[in-house]
Amino acid sequence: MRAWKLKRDWVTGWLLLLPAMVFLFAFTHIPAVNSLINSFYSTPRGKRAAKFIGLDNYERMIGDPVFWKVLGNNLWFAMGTIPASVGLALVMALWVNGRLPGRGFARMAFFTPTVLPLIAVANIWLFFYTPGFGLFDQLFGGLFGWSSTNWLGSPDTALNAVIVVTIWKEAGFFMIFYLAALQAMPVSLVEAARVEGANGWTIFWRITFPLLMPTTLFVSINAVINSFRLVDHIFILTDGGPDNASAVLLFYIYEIAFKFWETGYAATLTVALLVLLCLLAIGQFFLFDRKVHYK
Amino acid sequence: MLKSTLLKAVATTALTFSTWASAQAVDLQFYFPVAVGGGAAEVIQGMTDEYMANHPDVKIDAVYSGSYQDTVAKVITASRGGNAPQLSVVLSADMYTLIDEDLVVPFDDYLTTDEEKAWLAGFYPSFMENSQTGGKTYGIPFQRSTPVLYWNKEAFKAAGLDPEVAPASWDELVEFGKKLTKKDANGNVTQWGVRIPSSGFPYWTFQGFAISNGVTLANAEGNKTSFDDPKVVEALQYFVDLSAKHGVMAPGIIEWGATPKAFFEGESAIILTTTGNLTNIKTNAPFDFGVAMLPEKEQRGAPTGGGNFYLFKGASDEQLDAAVDFVQWITAPAQSAKWTMATGYVAPRAETWETEAMKTYAAEFPQVLVARDQLEFAKAELSTYQNQRVTGFFNDALAAAITGQKTPEEALKEAQTQADAVLAEYR
Repeated sequence: MRAWKLKRDWVTGWLLLLPAMVFLFAFTHIPAVNSLINSFYSTPRGKRAAKFIGLDNYERMIGDPVFWKVLGNNLWFAMGTIPASVGLALVMALWVNGRLPGRGFARMAFFTPTVLPLIAVANIWLFFYTPGFGLFDQLFGGLFGWSSTNWLGSPDTALNAVIVVTIWKEAGFFMIFYLAALQAMPVSLVEAARVEGANGWTIFWRITFPLLMPTTLFVSINAVINSFRLVDHIFILTDGGPDNASAVLLFYIYEIAFKFWETGYAATLTVALLVLLCLLAIGQFFLFDRKVHYK
Repeated sequence: MLKSTLLKAVATTALTFSTWASAQAVDLQFYFPVAVGGGAAEVIQGMTDEYMANHPDVKIDAVYSGSYQDTVAKVITASRGGNAPQLSVVLSADMYTLIDEDLVVPFDDYLTTDEEKAWLAGFYPSFMENSQTGGKTYGIPFQRSTPVLYWNKEAFKAAGLDPEVAPASWDELVEFGKKLTKKDANGNVTQWGVRIPSSGFPYWTFQGFAISNGVTLANAEGNKTSFDDPKVVEALQYFVDLSAKHGVMAPGIIEWGATPKAFFEGESAIILTTTGNLTNIKTNAPFDFGVAMLPEKEQRGAPTGGGNFYLFKGASDEQLDAAVDFVQWITAPAQSAKWTMATGYVAPRAETWETEAMKTYAAEFPQVLVARDQLEFAKAELSTYQNQRVTGFFNDALAAAITGQKTPEEALKEAQTQADAVLAEYR
């Protein structure tokens, strides 16, 4: 009787897990394993089937200058977007959490970029950046007499221009998490600190910021993932150019897979991206997590 | 056991349904890309509806499939998934890629009567260069184009140039450009002389310069390129010098999509873009403008471009017969004239230009004839096996030279080495 009940519990448990597992396996685990397998095969073309080529694709990757370039670009992209968007989100959240006239409007304004589709805003930014008659050139030219700048068309500025769009898009989204955390924070802590005579900076640094740490962890993991995942706007803004100056790893994978149809090599690059993301996630959870203060 | 029986049952049912459906009507799926402004998608949809109204036994599902790039990605993905469309418009330059992927069937097998065979001969030969290989016809020209030069007559007048005369040679382009480039008191440019877009697919606009310098970029077999030919280097040096030395063109990569807008805004006085933008520019330019052939060096020259109809494997003979009939209908003079007037794409058959509608249109808008006349000097758009990849190397080289990271010679040598590595197996 007891054994039967145990078995029934076990079955119920698996049944409850089943829907989520089906989706996880179908769309995450099986494709990941498939990519790993495909990375050891050549690309099938027309009548020529794929054949096992061992580590050839990996050797090609190591020797591919574009791979190293997009990897470097991706690190620069991550360094440019993560701290800036998280920092900006915190500042905006603190600001619209306080009492100020038109608070609802400010919150909405900060959140708007998140709601807009990335492809649509990229088209708007494309106009902002356009040399000559674009918004920035007209603004800077009119105010400071700057000469026209080809933000997206020169290798020195293209990636940075893409980074600015990403920060603008992301900060509002992260702000919502900070705002929710700030609203949930007990007011008594701040009041007690005030009674003790702490100034605004001390309150922020000793009370608010540490209590926001779980949110910061969550937000920064998202920011790291996004820095490898958000490439939609690159298609519109620069198409990876000039000469791959603004291409990042995922963009390059798409190009190799769906433009050049080298699915074997694309699988190899995908494996590289997966390994990189796994390392980052492990690093964040194990190192960063220790510093987080949970209530 | 149960599984296999079930599968058989499903398969039989599906088969019954599909044979039943084909007895009733021929179903076709047709992908088409749109690469220019204006209402091109509505025009194609409208023409397809018209065809179906006249042919109740054929049902055509016209699917707008994004840019040329998206379209080729979609047809390859769909074909690999066993779900190929029967008909699609794909870049004419992707012919070798589609053959290499073993996805397309030639039109020849479905053109049986002498009349139908004669029909093939009615297309302009320069459009057929990228449509035929190995004695077979894989593509039927449809939304075909060629780059042309547009000039702002008011800006010409203001600069003291004859507003009716376009720059005819490379030297004149520089000379006119210098007169047309205007600066404000701070030395900032308020109007550029020339704008040649270089984003996305710079090889296409650049190819006009290579051809007029007397060199073709790839052989007819699509397995050898000549990127590092001294004449290609010279053409690229000229292209780079337009901004680096002569200062008549904006530095850096110039956006393709914003080029008509730059023209309307007076940011540039001369632009180079596809003739597919002609109707868009005609509708929106707030000033009088002229259209001319690309400037010449050793000869006139321009690449052709744009999309062809392709037939895909996996379709039944009835479907392909119906598809060929549809293609013949839509490229016939009446439809073709409508399409050309709606977009500016070059009608690919001489007979279209002889229709009353076209003649009337050309009489009041002679600019439409320039692209057709340029066909005499046009060469095939750069096209090789693994086309996207090989042109990708070339695009990267052009971008590196235009942005001054590499010298033209250095960049082109590198691209040639990369292209050779890919194409060696096709020789």
